[in-house]
Amino acid sequence: MEQTKHTSSQYEMELQDIRDKLIYLGALTEKAIELAMQSLLERDSKLARNVIDSDAEIDRLDEELELMCINVLALRQPAAKDLRFITTAIKINGHLERIGDMAVNIAEKAIILAQETQLKPYIDLPRMTEIVRNMIKESIDSFVNEDLVIAQNVTLQEDMVDKLNEQIFRELLTFMMEDPRTIHRATIIMQISKNLERIADHAKGIADMVIYLVTGKSVRHQAH
Amino acid sequence: MVDKLNHDGSIIAVEHVNFFYGTFKALTDIHMLFKKNAVTALIGPSGCGKSTLLRLLNRMNDLIDGTRVEGRVYFEGLNMYDPNIDPVEIRKKIGMVFQKPNPFPKSIYNNIVYGPKLTGMNNKNDLNALVEKTLKQSVLWDEVKDILDQSALRLSGGQQQRLCIARALAMNPDVLLMDEPTSALDPISTAKIEELIDELKTDYTIIIVTHNMQQAARVSDETGFFYLGKLIEYNETKKIFTKPDLKQTEDYITGRFG
Repeated sequence: MEQTKHTSSQYEMELQDIRDKLIYLGALTEKAIELAMQSLLERDSKLARNVIDSDAEIDRLDEELELMCINVLALRQPAAKDLRFITTAIKINGHLERIGDMAVNIAEKAIILAQETQLKPYIDLPRMTEIVRNMIKESIDSFVNEDLVIAQNVTLQEDMVDKLNEQIFRELLTFMMEDPRTIHRATIIMQISKNLERIADHAKGIADMVIYLVTGKSVRHQAH
Repeated sequence: MVDKLNHDGSIIAVEHVNFFYGTFKALTDIHMLFKKNAVTALIGPSGCGKSTLLRLLNRMNDLIDGTRVEGRVYFEGLNMYDPNIDPVEIRKKIGMVFQKPNPFPKSIYNNIVYGPKLTGMNNKNDLNALVEKTLKQSVLWDEVKDILDQSALRLSGGQQQRLCIARALAMNPDVLLMDEPTSALDPISTAKIEELIDELKTDYTIIIVTHNMQQAARVSDETGFFYLGKLIEYNETKKIFTKPDLKQTEDYITGRFG
């Protein structure tokens, strides 16, 4: 939507700054997921440790963004569109920070699995990763462009991730029933799958907030 | 837009009103209802016509030469611009509080009883009771109950404004019009007046003009946004300040023009 500029250029800059930093944070978390999954698939513990270390930057940005939003609330008393933007930004920031934590969880699991023989070739996990990464990317795009269509598209993809997660669960169950020695590895893979599923939830949470930003209506707890 | 408004639940109805200062058209086709026992805020940039509309609601504009009203303004179903209507009677029912506190240069007590005495209320006990009741309503009683014969001009600005509200209430109006009632007051006095507005709406209908957007958001139930003499958007206050229907409203309340 075409946006008229604020009478106060300083205020305009503060809002723009929050927008830019959120986009950057979105890119960082998407990258973290990509690298965490790569460390799993390539059994690369060094890469996994890099992912864990780089979470500090995500946490730092999270704190910085939260403070920026609080300052705007305290000093500018935003209304209407600006108010919806700030509340949306605070929530998106929280979702992205959690996604960063999930990437760390996955990387930690990748390090454990790299020390054991591979249970099975990974087929569904890379597919799930692709969808999840795309969801994060599109949720941020929908925020930047205030694009309802993209936001709604993100919410639709959540279902596919849920189904893949269930499928992985079922498959791993069969492994465990056949051979108890696979239980340790299988449960870790289940946790990774669960982490990806929760990332999809967070991406959907971001898209839901974008729908609120654009329409003023809350859709978070509506069934599809 | 419907021509004849449905007046249900409203106390004042403004229908297709145009207003002129000489040849200058200050209001164009204003069409709105004011809900009974609610607080309605009128907002908009300087010169948008909001104060003109407020004054029109108790015929204060009659006092300005060269003005002209077209259209109809109903107060409880009566067209208040009907030639047979006495504007003084209208102003008894629709009181007004102005931007700057303007107590009479008299004692606190006499500020309040001045109007009622003019209308023939002379019983000392009744007057005493009225003074206590209205000062309590305006949350000033505890501060002034021991100094009622002191000059009102010795009160602080915030106290003077609450006295003016008590003075307006002494006429037992149905509606209180407030034209920027806190713009000359400090934050504490402002908070007291805002608190008062919230309490008064159980018994009165309040229409308030304010430049302070946060004030409109805080105290009102309905908000009308005016621009260049037109009513642009009239909606629930919550809606106006979170998701107004029109971009023009959004631009104004987020500070994007004006």
